[in-house]
Order: sequence, then C-alpha cells, then structure tokens
Amino acid sequence: MSAVTTSKKTPSQDLRQVDPNRRALSVRNVIATLVGGYLPLVLTVLVVFLPLLWMMMGSLKQPNEITTLTPQLLPKEPSLDNYAYVLDRVPLLLLFRNSLIVTVVGSSIKVVLALLSAYALVFIRFPFKDLIFVIILVALMVPPQVSMLPNYLTISELGGRNTLWGIILPGLGTAFGTFLLRQHFKTLPMSILEAAEMDGAGHWRRLWRIVLPISAPTVATVALVTIVTEWNDYLWPLVITDRPETMTLPVGLSLLQTLESNSGSYGYLMAGAVMVILPVLIVFAALQRHIVAGLTQGSVTG
Amino acid sequence: MSQPSSTLPADSAAEPVKRSRFRPNPRTWRDRWTFVLFVLPNLALIAMFIYVPLFRNMYYSTLNWTIGSARATKIGLDNYVRFFTSPDGIAVWRTTGIFTVATVGGSMVLGLLVAVVLNKKLRGSTLARAAVFSPYVLSGVGVGLVWLFIFDPSFGVLGYFLRSIGLRSPDWFLNPNLSLVMVIIVYIWKNLGYCAVVYLAGLQSLPSDVMEAAALDGAGSWQRFTKVVLPLISPSTFFLLITTILNSLQAFDLLKIMTPLGNGTNTLIFEAYLQSFGAYQRAGYSAAIAVVLFLVLFIVTIVQLRFVERKVHYA
Repeated sequence: MSAVTTSKKTPSQDLRQVDPNRRALSVRNVIATLVGGYLPLVLTVLVVFLPLLWMMMGSLKQPNEITTLTPQLLPKEPSLDNYAYVLDRVPLLLLFRNSLIVTVVGSSIKVVLALLSAYALVFIRFPFKDLIFVIILVALMVPPQVSMLPNYLTISELGGRNTLWGIILPGLGTAFGTFLLRQHFKTLPMSILEAAEMDGAGHWRRLWRIVLPISAPTVATVALVTIVTEWNDYLWPLVITDRPETMTLPVGLSLLQTLESNSGSYGYLMAGAVMVILPVLIVFAALQRHIVAGLTQGSVTG
Repeated sequence: MSQPSSTLPADSAAEPVKRSRFRPNPRTWRDRWTFVLFVLPNLALIAMFIYVPLFRNMYYSTLNWTIGSARATKIGLDNYVRFFTSPDGIAVWRTTGIFTVATVGGSMVLGLLVAVVLNKKLRGSTLARAAVFSPYVLSGVGVGLVWLFIFDPSFGVLGYFLRSIGLRSPDWFLNPNLSLVMVIIVYIWKNLGYCAVVYLAGLQSLPSDVMEAAALDGAGSWQRFTKVVLPLISPSTFFLLITTILNSLQAFDLLKIMTPLGNGTNTLIFEAYLQSFGAYQRAGYSAAIAVVLFLVLFIVTIVQLRFVERKVHYA
C-alpha cells in the first residue's frame, strides 16, 4: 500500500513549498483545501484505479504470489509467464484478431450506415420522414438481449454460427449513431449545402465533401462509442460462438475462466483481463473527451 | 450518384398520375431515390434483427419448446403464468428489484458525491473526472474477472484487509445473498463515474448568481445544497434515474462472469439467458421472460418521454 501514502502526500508537499509567501494560502487555508478538496479527490481516484492497478500487478505475479494470504501490491519478480500461459491455453492472438476484425468491420459499417441515414433524414426531402426517424429511434428501446433467441435461430439457419459475420451482422443496424448524427446535422447551416447544390454537387458528394468534414468531432464521438461497445460486446458473441477459433476476446476470456477454475489461476485471468481492458483504457485516455460526450449525450439537452 | 439517376426515368414514367397531383420534378424523384438508398440498409437491418425478433419472441413465448427440438406445443400464456407465480419466477422479480434499486440508488448518490468533489476548482480535477469515468467504458468481462480476484475469500485482497482488522472474509461466492451484494458493489463501481459526470455537468451549469444570493441570505452550505442545488439539478437527477434504470435492467456481463450459473443474481435478462442458453434450453419460457423485460423497459421509456418535459423543471 505504499503507493497510496505517497500519492496522498504529493499535493501537500507541492503546496507548502510554493506558497508560504502568499497570504491567501495560509497554513490553515492550505490544510482546509487539502482536507476538503484534495483528500476526497485523491481517494476517489484511488477507488477507481487501485482495482485496475491490482489487475496489472496480478498479471505479472508468479502463482505463489497469487495464492498467498498476505498479498503485496508489487510483484517480487515481475514476469510475463502468465501471458505466455494464457497464450498456450486459449488461442489468445486469434481471439485478439477476431475482436479486432469484429470491432473494425462492425463499427465502420455502422458509422457509414448512421451517416447515410442521418444525412438523408435531415437533408433530403421525403414523405413521412419523421415517422421513419421514429421507427429507427424506437429501436433504441429494444435492447439486443430481447432479440437474442430469435436472432440466434436466424443466424444459425443462415449458417452463421461460429463465423465472424454471424457475430457482426445482427448488430449492424444503428439507432444510436443515427440519432446522434441527426441531432448534429440539424444544427448545420443550410446555406453551405445550398451553395454546394448550386455548384451541382449531388447528395453523395455533399455528404462526404461538405457535411462529413465539418462534422468530424461528432462523427469521431459516434465512431469511438461504437468501437468501444463492439470491443466489449459479450452476450451476442457468447451466444453465437462455441469454438475458440471464432470467439472474440471477452468470450474467450470467459472460456478461460471455466478452464481455469481453481484459485491459483487468478494470475492467468488477470493477464487475460489486461488484454481486453488495456486497449480500451489507452483509447479512452487519448480521446476521453469525445467518448464521455457521446456516452452522456442527452444529459444537458434533457 | 450515377446509380440512383440511372433508375430514375422508368420510375418517374410509371407514376404519371401522382406526377400531375404533386407536380414533382425529376430532381424530386432523384432525391427520393437517394433517400431510399441512404436509409434502407439501416432500416432493413433494424427491422430484421430488432423488430421482427421482437414479434417472433412474442410468438415463441406461447410455446412449450426446447431449443433444437422439432416439436413445440402451443400452451397459450402458461409460460407467463409460470413466470409470475412460480417461486423461481418470483425470485427473479425480487432479485431484479433489489439489483436495480441498489445499483441505481448507489451509483446516483455516490455519483453526486463524487461530482461535488470534482466540482471544486482544483488542479487535476479534469484528469480525475476522466479517471472516475473510465470504468464505465471497460469490458464487463474484464472488470468482473478483476473483482473476482479481489473478492476471493482466501486469496483476495479484500479478505486480506478484513483479516487485518480482525474480521473473517464472508463467502461471497457461495452465499446467494452475498453474491448479489458483491455484483451490486462492482456494478456501482463501474457506473458511478457516469452518474458523476452527468451530475458534474448539472452542477457546472448552475447560475452563479443564484448561489451567491443564497450565500448572502445566510444559507449554510448544507442548506444551500439541499434547498438550492438539489432542486436546480433535478433535470440531471431525472435523466440519470431513467438511464441508470435502463442500464441496470440490461446488466449482463458482470453477472455472468462473477456468478456464471446464477447464484441469487438471476435478474430478468440473466434468467432469460440461462433458461435458453444455460442448462435448460427452454426457449418458450426464455422468450416469455424476454418479452416481459421488453415491456418493463418500454414502460420506463414511456415514463421518461411523458415526464421529461413536465417534471424536470427548476422547482
């Protein structure tokens, strides 16, 4: 637990070194800021990060450091043995590749479909357009879980069990992306598009050359949220695959969990968890503003 | 753009009557074709994999039918009767209720608390906001495995802490009530950042003059919080209430990983999965549960749509 105490102390040391001359930051004020402000802040962040740190460290520990009654945060002799073992037990690289394919192909198609639908719903005149939008929107209310059994039967009949397209296909229709992009497109100034129309640009050109470039942040938001959701998706791939060669990473991990059910195997499971969590954590760290905006969408507008 | 226009002449020629009524020029027809081409793929996929399954589920729910079996008997509403009256079915309602209320309440209260902490203008609070939010985007499978290790009665770090203060680690994995508590704790951990960020946006949109006026009136900080802040952020509260209820009712990954066969943790969705893809393969019964789940979600959404304009105004 040494990490806890050091990170708690750092801000206090900083402030004391910098501020003795300023009156507003008298000793009492500094203590008040620390206790009332930084202490809760640091505690909150620790509650979030300690489990993840525990996972990272656990994945580097030897079995005898896992099956101990006095666990330590840091591994004595950090090694990648757990990863090598997992690689041996389940086709980890294949799972990783499958997840990557499902995520990239699935989210690309979804984003394109969302762009096309949203563009048409906002910029092209069509009778009963709003009704069509409502039909798409109401689909948001039907969670994929409700459809899992009929979809399982449909995809099985089509021969899609244990295939990557069988994993991808049922999730391709996108209400979330269409909704988000439509909201955004409605805020775009019509004059730009009218100018393009005068120049003789068709809808296809208008979408890719004008609307897409000026909507890049919103499209990025939709894409990122879609990517993260596809990567993490578990229930449907679990239902439709039972052979390791076509599983995605989350499903493969739950298979690993059943294979390694004794307590000593937490090291392996942590290595697996790192494989599925770390990529998202890295993407999130780099682009969190877009992802947070997409996932909390609607909270501000009500 | 060449494809839609090539199909154009035939189509506009085929509709001479309409043409005289609406007087659409060829460009209108080309626009309509483009619209269809743009929207149809998405719409067709949604229809095929969301709407059609919904109705097929309703049909299956009236059958006594095992997955893979060629024979199915029509039994009317028996599956529903069984789900609403059998002890197992009632247990699912109870579990769903406890899980939903506890996770929604827990993540909203803690989320508000964290939002207040994040709202102080301190250096590093932007970073802390991102950190707190991050579990929400992580794989439920990965997170579930991590917490299994933490909760493990013999080798888990939680048990180690409990032992070091002289307590014994309870058996989270065997006792059904404790298993439910365990998944609730982990679910709250994963979701409270979402609530915190939404509440934070609410807090930051508070008009500062109102807060200053309240402070000048001599309202203490607790009074200011309960009498001024809470009513003012009621839109955030309402929004969160709805979205977290919907999320909790759809929680699956954590439950499946932490209690693979269900152990006092069988919520509606988990039970629907277990009944058809777990040990039993009771397709009809599972379909009935899925239909009930849909109805519950539908009602919550309708409540949202009905009250979203009215109820959430600054009190």
